[in-house]
Formats: sequence, structure tokens, C-alpha cells
Amino acid sequence: MIFSAANGVILVLVIPVIAAAVLALLPGYRLSAQLNVLASGLTFIASLALFFADHIEPGHYLFLDDLNVAFIVLNTFVGFTTSLFSASYIGHELATGRLTPAYLRFYHAMYQAMMAGMNLALTANNIGLMWVGIELATLTTVLMVGIYRTHEALEAAWKYFILGSVGIGLALFGTILVYMAAVPVVGEGINGMVWTVLVAHAAKFDPALINVAFIFLLLGYGTKVGLAPLHAWLPDAHAEGPTPISAVLSGLLLNVALYAVLRFKIVLAASPGAVAPGPLMVMLGLISLVFAAFMLYRRRDIKRLFAYSSIEHMGLIAFAFGMGGPVANFAGLLHMAMHSLTKSGIFFAVGHIAQIKGTQKIADIRGLTVTHPWLGWSLVIGVVAIAGLPPFGVFMSEFLVVSSTFAREPLLAIPLVLGILLALGALFYHLNGLAFGEPTGSTARSDASYTPMILHFGLVLVAGIFLPPMLVTWFRHVAEILG
Amino acid sequence: MGHGLTFDVAHLLAGGLVLVSFLMITQHRLYALLNAFALQAVLLALSVAWQANVQNAPHLYVTALIALLFKGIVVPVGLHRIIQRLGIHREIETVIGSGMTMLAGMGLVALSMTVMLKITPTADPLAREDLAFALSVVLLGLLMMVSRRNAVSQVVGFMSLENGLVLAGTGARGMPLVVEISVAFSILIAFFVIGVFLFRIRERFDTVDVRAMDRFRGERR
Repeated sequence: MIFSAANGVILVLVIPVIAAAVLALLPGYRLSAQLNVLASGLTFIASLALFFADHIEPGHYLFLDDLNVAFIVLNTFVGFTTSLFSASYIGHELATGRLTPAYLRFYHAMYQAMMAGMNLALTANNIGLMWVGIELATLTTVLMVGIYRTHEALEAAWKYFILGSVGIGLALFGTILVYMAAVPVVGEGINGMVWTVLVAHAAKFDPALINVAFIFLLLGYGTKVGLAPLHAWLPDAHAEGPTPISAVLSGLLLNVALYAVLRFKIVLAASPGAVAPGPLMVMLGLISLVFAAFMLYRRRDIKRLFAYSSIEHMGLIAFAFGMGGPVANFAGLLHMAMHSLTKSGIFFAVGHIAQIKGTQKIADIRGLTVTHPWLGWSLVIGVVAIAGLPPFGVFMSEFLVVSSTFAREPLLAIPLVLGILLALGALFYHLNGLAFGEPTGSTARSDASYTPMILHFGLVLVAGIFLPPMLVTWFRHVAEILG
Repeated sequence: MGHGLTFDVAHLLAGGLVLVSFLMITQHRLYALLNAFALQAVLLALSVAWQANVQNAPHLYVTALIALLFKGIVVPVGLHRIIQRLGIHREIETVIGSGMTMLAGMGLVALSMTVMLKITPTADPLAREDLAFALSVVLLGLLMMVSRRNAVSQVVGFMSLENGLVLAGTGARGMPLVVEISVAFSILIAFFVIGVFLFRIRERFDTVDVRAMDRFRGERR
């Protein structure tokens, strides 16, 4: 079994790399799209094997524990379903001339390179390697956001690039500081960057140095999470890129960046003299939540609307992990999984809607339940789910976050609940027109496949009603690791 | 202090980087800005080479060479050409005046000195002062990125920021090579990305002024 786990890790990394190389050389978009699906599917199967395999001995570069396996499985699953969605999405883009075959070749290669970068960041036991993975994923998404080459797309990509680079620069500085803190304890060389070694020796690190390092890391990776004062790139990047990319940005890349913050939070928690990382995350999380909830009201662009909703939910997740403790961590993990599934599902629906209507303006998309019952009702279900209403999984995780906050810090629960309710109001305010208004625009049928979207919402619904005990035990264990 | 010359040379070079950063944030012409950047890259190469010598770490010479050839020569020459082709060798537009930029820069340097020297009392004095200088360069690069409207100078600001990161990385004794390679690599990719962007931007906007792009915001209030 040990053998198979090691193989699984290698496969999760190697399949996307090979696929990226092949797709870069391959002309013909139909075959590429199918290959993209195939590669993503294989990566997902390889990651499932990790779930059941024993953990390998942590190496200098790669390792597996319960925390990252949960992230990898989620990551590759959404990567797989998004590739399915993308296959039915791009045909239309090609038909309308928004993308050319040459760009699609580039797009598919970048898609797999991005998956490789994210998987590398998740499996890395080396804080330098983790940084490289996140940087790779960032750069590939920058290129994909700008792929339409319109004014808006280029501006969005440029902004994303500049802010993302600043974030990634600050994170590298923080990484160097962590190494500096480790050197007096574990000695020079590779050991000072190995995460498992860092955690084992964190108690002896210089608290002042590790504190400052965490500030840099939180700000750096926090930019990539899209936490409030540093979120400026996020709505633009979501709105102007191809919709499959919006789905993976919201569903995956934000999670991966948050995963990096969590890894360092564990190091800090193991160092008794250091400042508690929790309150910082709680503060940033709350600011993001409340700020994004207010911003939701004035949106005019449907993808921007859901991008702000992502900021809101990432704030909520950062808040939950910042609170810490078994219940809040459990809730944070669950919420992250639920948000990924729901939000990417919503973007699948939005992608089809925007293609049919030929616009992303909320004012021009009206009465979807009448003209397109499947899409319209799916969107209704998605918004009900993301707003945190029962019977969906998001309700359960939000309920856990709120109730545990009331039990421990009632004062913090007030802005928390306020933010959630405000966001709910805003989403329903927009949904009302989108789904039930007087129908406008094209009523053309869509021949796109709705399977990925329905699959995602179905999973969220099932999770809201019945969470498999195995998953609960798993998450509970991970919540303990997170401290 | 038993370091003598070792210490002084490292200090001189790292301090030189910070000074050039100041030169850059107040430089209003693109060509002059590129020259200043090239100078900074050369100083960085010297500083890294000196660290390689002091720490007896030959792999750092590779980093020094990359800094010298790539950032000292290839990038400035390449950007020079781009500027020529785009015909934008006019003045740079700044958001805030040079006096204010200078003051803000001094504040940032003071901040990084206080923070870094305060939190690393136990570390090797050479490494800690290196780190303080490095943070100054990083923050000044950041200042440049936010205070400029022109896409080319934002890119230069970003690369200056990376110079600070390399300085910090090499100052940390025995830091594994993986990071240096990654930094060099990321700059390469970054330049590639930027190149693509600049050409596209030129194609579409006939300007590399970021403010011109702001007009095309998806959402206006």
C-alpha cells in the first residue's frame, strides 16, 4: 500500500504535466478538449487512490497527510468536472469567433499546467516548492484570464498579474524569513524548508521572527485568497476570463492559497512564544465577509456578482479557521468543500446563460425559469444553496460556524450574521429578476451538457441531508491537525 | 566585530542597492529608469557573488551570473527596444510627486530597518543587515509599482522588488538552491508574460498607460 500511495502522488503531478506538453503540441480542438477531460479524469482517479492508501514517509519535497489529501481530492474533482464543462463551453466560443483554434490549443495546455501547479502546491512538503506551485498556477491563470484579448480582459489580466505578483513576492519574503527562523534550530540547508521538520521544531523558533514572517505570508497568500483589502484583482479576473476559468479560480485556486496560509498557521501554533495567528485571520475574514456582502448589491455583471460572493465565502472560511478549535475547523473545511462545489456549479450555469443571452449584464438577463427551465431552476438552486439556506450543504457549514461563534465569542457573531444575511438579501434581490422577471433576450436552446452542473448541485444537496460517516471522521481528524 | 572587510563590503553593496532604488523611484524618464535598473542588477550580482565568497557557497555564483546577464543586460536591452518600438520614451506620469515619493521611500526604509533589526537580534549580523536592506528594496519596488501609471515602469518596479527578494534569499545562509532557481525562473516567465502583454496592449490601446486601460473598466459607476 505504501508503494501505491507514492505512485499516487507522482501520478497526480505527472499526468497534468504530460497532458500539458501533449496538448501544447496537438492541433484540433475537439480532440484536445477530449484529452483535457481524459487527463483531468485520470488525475482525479489517481487522487482517489490517495484517499485509501497509507501515507508515505514525508520526504524533503513531497508528502501526504489527511489535510492535503482532502484538498487534492476536491481539487482534482472540480478540475475534472470543469474540464467537462469547458469541453461543451468552448465549442460555442469557437462558433461565435471569440476564440480561435490556436488560442484553444494554448488554453488547454495552460489548463493542465495550472492543475499541475495546484497539485504541486498541495503535495509539497517544502515551503519553497509550495511557493513555486502557487506561482505557476497564478501565472497560467493570468494568461487564461487575458485570452479573449478584449480591453476588459487585458485590463483584468494586467491587474491580476500585478497584484498577484506583489502577493507572491511578499509570500516569498515570508518564506525566506521562516527559513531564517529555522536555521538556528535545525541547521542550514534543505531541512530549514521542510514543513514537517519546521512543525516539529517550531517550539524553539525565535517568536519575533516567525511573527513577522507570518504577517508577510498572510498578506502575500491572502492576496491570492482574495481577502478584503487585497481583493481588487478578483472580480475583474472572474468577470473577463472564460467562464471555466472563473469556475476553477473560485472553486480551486482560492482554496490552494488558503491551504498555504493554513500550513503556516500550524507552524505558528506550534511555536508557543509567537502571536496567535487566529485573530488576524478572523479580522481579515470578517472584513472580507461584510465588505463583499455590501458590494453584492450594486453589481451589474452576473460573473462579477458571483465573484464578490466568492470573496464573501472565502472571508467566512478564513474566519472559521481563524477561530480554530475542532468545531470551527470542521465547519471551515466543510464550508470550503461546499463552496467549491456550489460556486463552480453556479459558474457552469452562468457560463451557459451568458452564452445563450450573449451578455453578462444582469439587467439584460431576465426570466430564465420561463425561457430555459433547466438553466433557470439550476441557477435558483445554486443561489439558494450558496446563500446558505437548507437543505443544502452550505447551510450546515454556515450553521456550524455561526453556532460555534455564538458559543465562544458572541460579539464576533453579530457582524458575522449581519454579513451572511446581507449577502443573502443581495443574492435574492438579483435572483428575483434573473430567474422570475419578464423574459428578455434570446430564447435559443442550448445543446450544452448540463451534467457537471447537476452533479455539483446534487452533491451539495446530498451533503446537506446526509454526510457519509467516513467523510465526517476524515474531516474531524483534519480539524484536529489544524488545531 | 570580527568581520572587518567582509562585513563592510557586504554592507556597501546592499546599501548601494537601496540607494539605486531611491534613484529609480524618483527617475522620471524611461531610459534613465532602465539604466538605473541595470545598475541595480549589476550591484545585486556583485552582492550575491560576495555572499558566495563569504559563505563559501559556489552555487550562489550561478545566481550572481543570472542576475548579471539576465537582469543586468538582457532585460534592460529588451525593454529599451520595446520602448523604442512603442515610441513612448517621453516622461513618466507619476501619481504622486517626487518629493512625496522620496519621503514615502524614506519612511519605508526606516520601517524596514526598525522591524528587521528588532526581530533578529540573535541572527548572524551580516544576514540580519542584509535582510533589512532587502526588505527596503522590496518595499521601494512596491512603492514604485503603486506610484506609477506606466506599464513599463510598473514592470521595472516589479523586477526591482524581485531584486530585493534575491538579496534576501542569498543573505539567508545555506538557503537551498531550489528557491534561487525558482526566483530566476519566475523572472523569466514574468518577462515572457510581460512581453506578451506589452505587445497586446500596444496592439489594442496604442498606449501602455495603465490609466488608458482603466477607462475600459467593465463596470463604471
